[in-house]
Amino acid sequence: MDTLDLALDHPLRSYRLSLDVSLGRETLALVGPSGAGKSSVLRAIAGLLRPERGRVALGEAVWLDTEAGVELPPERRSVGLVFQEYALFPHLDVRRNVGFGGREKVDELLERFRISQLAGARPGDLSGGERQRVALARALARDPAVLLLDEPLSALDAHTRAIVRGELAELLDDLGLPTLLVTHDFEDAAALADRVGVIVDGQVLQLGAAADLLAAPADAFVASFTGANLLHGNARPGLDGLTEVVLDDATVAYSTDEGGGRVGLAVYPWEIALARGEAADSAVNHIRGEVRSLVPLGNRVRVRVGPLTAEITAASAERLDLREGERVVASFKATAARLVPLS
Amino acid sequence: MRTPCGVALGLATALALSFLILPIVAIFVDIPPGQLLDGMNDPAAVDALVVTLKTTLVANALIILVGTPAAYLIATHAFRAKPLLVTAVELPLVLPPAVAGIGLLAAFGRFGLLGGTLDVLGLSIPFTQLAVVFAVMFVAGPFYIRAAISAFESVDPALTGAARTLGAGPGRTFFRIALPLASGGLGAGWALCFARGIGEFGATIMFAGSLQGVTQTLSLAVYEQFDVAFDVALAIGAELVIISAFILLAVKLVPTWTRSTSPSTTLFAPTASR
Repeated sequence: MDTLDLALDHPLRSYRLSLDVSLGRETLALVGPSGAGKSSVLRAIAGLLRPERGRVALGEAVWLDTEAGVELPPERRSVGLVFQEYALFPHLDVRRNVGFGGREKVDELLERFRISQLAGARPGDLSGGERQRVALARALARDPAVLLLDEPLSALDAHTRAIVRGELAELLDDLGLPTLLVTHDFEDAAALADRVGVIVDGQVLQLGAAADLLAAPADAFVASFTGANLLHGNARPGLDGLTEVVLDDATVAYSTDEGGGRVGLAVYPWEIALARGEAADSAVNHIRGEVRSLVPLGNRVRVRVGPLTAEITAASAERLDLREGERVVASFKATAARLVPLS
Repeated sequence: MRTPCGVALGLATALALSFLILPIVAIFVDIPPGQLLDGMNDPAAVDALVVTLKTTLVANALIILVGTPAAYLIATHAFRAKPLLVTAVELPLVLPPAVAGIGLLAAFGRFGLLGGTLDVLGLSIPFTQLAVVFAVMFVAGPFYIRAAISAFESVDPALTGAARTLGAGPGRTFFRIALPLASGGLGAGWALCFARGIGEFGATIMFAGSLQGVTQTLSLAVYEQFDVAFDVALAIGAELVIISAFILLAVKLVPTWTRSTSPSTTLFAPTASR
């Protein structure tokens, strides 16, 4: 299996996109807010955008090398690109869409993606989930060596999205192709990819396994993007080797991370416990506040308390009988309080 | 609807429709059908029909063959001079026909810009059938090209991009994706171009003259016949009405998916251009 090597440097509206990364037989997700230059990366690999400077190579095959003056047209690069809104050809039926890139495997692909019964339908008559399957089948009909997915789940409603996410994860596993996907949703990235790169304004802030990003976010942006609560404060060495952080609302919090000066304190919602009275537990950080909102999410409840968002089980929420407007105590351990540089 | 406002609306509608329909109906009923058919068989009418069909066919074929790729190129590329180029295409649309005629003479006439060159090649264009073709292309061509630019611009670049990543070269992408998706707009633009071309009068009479059997088209023949033989003028008018109505209907019957970008089937609302 060949490795996809990428080095891109390209000016976009108000910043430069620069990326240097290699993909083996794995899925890499680039995740970042809209307009971070994610789609441009995919377009540059596919040959739909010529970067100012860059090199794209699959193993020995060089697709683009601006210095050597090499630039293969899109049709000569072995990529399967799934567009954000799928870009199905509206005037062709599903069979012709899938067969556009290669006819030999059409029946097999229609079968595999459970769209055989839709072979004669036009894209306009399909549901979001069906369109996504047609787009994937079409991209794979040419037996690409690299798979590129642009926001593969963003065009789907919440219900379909959860199902398709699972199916897509299995598919990517089965295919075992170097796959680059871009998304603005960290959860999607974490569910689908082996490695996740957080990209903002064209720059990769941190690249690693999703679990590593959660365990040690490189900076405040990565922390809040991966779902952490971010509090601002001033840090200084405290007692017992802990770092004491005086938060902007004068509350004092403690962290096992070292730090000093202006910092961000990141804590994930699932690391926060809630109690009605003073909690007699091992957590050193207690933040009192009013329950501002309660949002049930399946078997969990997302509770906003003061400046924090906590995620507790639905059972706990029921036992505590939480109601909006009540005062509760949110606790988290010093080990869960990560100090991150402010970006 | 029995309010004064409703009555006024109804009256206005009735007035507008009758005003538009009356002259067209009059062409067919002003004289008995037999006389109308006789008029169509008049040598002047027959000659004019032949000249019109020949010149229209050649002019429209050239407009489509040259205009389509040009419009595709302009629509799919971003460059500085683009607004200028598009304006140049639009200019003949708003020029008075007489100006078009004098312009064509100044360019291709014997003493025009290219007259000398053409003379050397043994070509003389004014007052020939080729001059009729030139006049139609100059006056009517922009209708097609302008509409074609809009039609190609409204094809989602993601679709042509997708075709490329699926292994299709630029040619296959054009014929399999861009052309079919733009065909509704192209058809509408061509209908306008055809209608304008078949009604061409001013530029043709100045640049090509009105010689029966050579450069006298149906439109010119109506004008020439109306004080010589009113029946023949009416008959030629009837032919023009029939041809135009037929083209209008044909374009409205284009399969609906090709018009997916425009909800209405009107030809006269320009396709949204970006």
